[in-house]
Amino acid sequence: MYSQGLNQAETDDTADATRAARFQARIDAEDKIEPNDWMPEAYRRTLIRQISQHAHSEIVGMLPEGNWITRAPSLRRKAALLAKVQDEGGHGLYLYAAAETLGATREELVDQLLAGRAKYSSIFNYPTLTWADIGAIGWLVDGAAIMNQIPLCRCSFGPYARAMIRVCKEESFHQRQGYEIMLTLCRGTPEQKAMAQDALDRWWWPCLMMFGPPDTESQHSDTSMKWKIKRFTNDGLRQKFIDATVPQGHFLGLTFPDPELRRDEATGHWSHGPIDWEEFKRVVAGGGFCAADRLAARRKAHEEGEWVREAAAAHAAKRAAKLAASKEAA
Amino acid sequence: MSTPATPIWEVFIRSRSGLAHRHVGSVHAADATLALQAARDVYTRRGEGLSIWVVPSNAIIASDPADKEMMFEPTASKIYRHPTFYDIPDDVGHM
Ligand SMILES: [Fe+2]
Ligand SMILES: [Fe+2]
Repeated sequence: MYSQGLNQAETDDTADATRAARFQARIDAEDKIEPNDWMPEAYRRTLIRQISQHAHSEIVGMLPEGNWITRAPSLRRKAALLAKVQDEGGHGLYLYAAAETLGATREELVDQLLAGRAKYSSIFNYPTLTWADIGAIGWLVDGAAIMNQIPLCRCSFGPYARAMIRVCKEESFHQRQGYEIMLTLCRGTPEQKAMAQDALDRWWWPCLMMFGPPDTESQHSDTSMKWKIKRFTNDGLRQKFIDATVPQGHFLGLTFPDPELRRDEATGHWSHGPIDWEEFKRVVAGGGFCAADRLAARRKAHEEGEWVREAAAAHAAKRAAKLAASKEAA
Repeated sequence: MSTPATPIWEVFIRSRSGLAHRHVGSVHAADATLALQAARDVYTRRGEGLSIWVVPSNAIIASDPADKEMMFEPTASKIYRHPTFYDIPDDVGHM
């Protein structure tokens, strides 16, 4: 596999220890690592894995919402949803490009996704059954994504951090349009409010799982913290999300599907009941309701795009030949 | 002319750690190494940067300003791409 990365791999073992120490010192000093800088191979691999999984999540994440574009209840809602899904596609592209600066190729990353060898966020393996799900996704799924992405704006790898700054700017509208949908439903007929409640009931727990396994079981956390790829633990981010979201849900007049949810007066935090990690493991492993559908949709899109890629390459070759001929004539 | 025309290079500078390189101007130089040195001399005499990129000017593909309406106007009407388009009561707090 050829590499378009800016770096050349270096294999001088004796120098590596010194370099590694200097590398860590730069990270400790909050310096940013750029694609041309020396970095430990494990740092590179971790980032390629994380950034490409993040990119896949944006792209697969277009599917559950895309499902409702043609059935949006008004032109206003349709335009907003279309713009949101288009943004998610853009997020995927920023992220693939950031991973490519590390020497991965777009083709191998996409192949990993299509072959079922790459992970993406488990949340997108749940179905969007009603229009209220579009409200719940904007409010909760994008809300959780924002919680995850804000600290990534300070990630030690420059291209990832800069991509996250762009993404976070765009996410604000995603969450607001979702909350606006929920608010409209909750102020509507009893049936509409019941639809909003049903969506919250189905999406709440999967959204809490978006932050990943509990800190006691998280395998990549320690090194990622040391390298400042990660700034907060999974449980820490999950708590921030719950604290921000529960009052928003109460404002809507909705109930959270967790009888143990209560505010600790001393700390101000909301404590919650146990999360079903068996379900999380099942869904991550591809057992989600829509997992097969999602991959089938991506494969179909890829296959149906084949002629476009071929045509673009043929056109570029033709244009290059023309240019060469005109230079010769001149 | 006795010597071939010296190529022109576009200069990009990263001013602070973590920021993207930004275009600052151009230099004339016979090759990439000389362009980098020239860019250093011309554009970073007061500690303006941490890193320089030079790119041959003819490698830059630019949009035609005459196409500005076709390229960018359609976004002006898409106000629903902005967060302020959505009504969220003040009581809900920042979102
Ligand atoms: Fe996104
Ligand atoms: Fe989003």
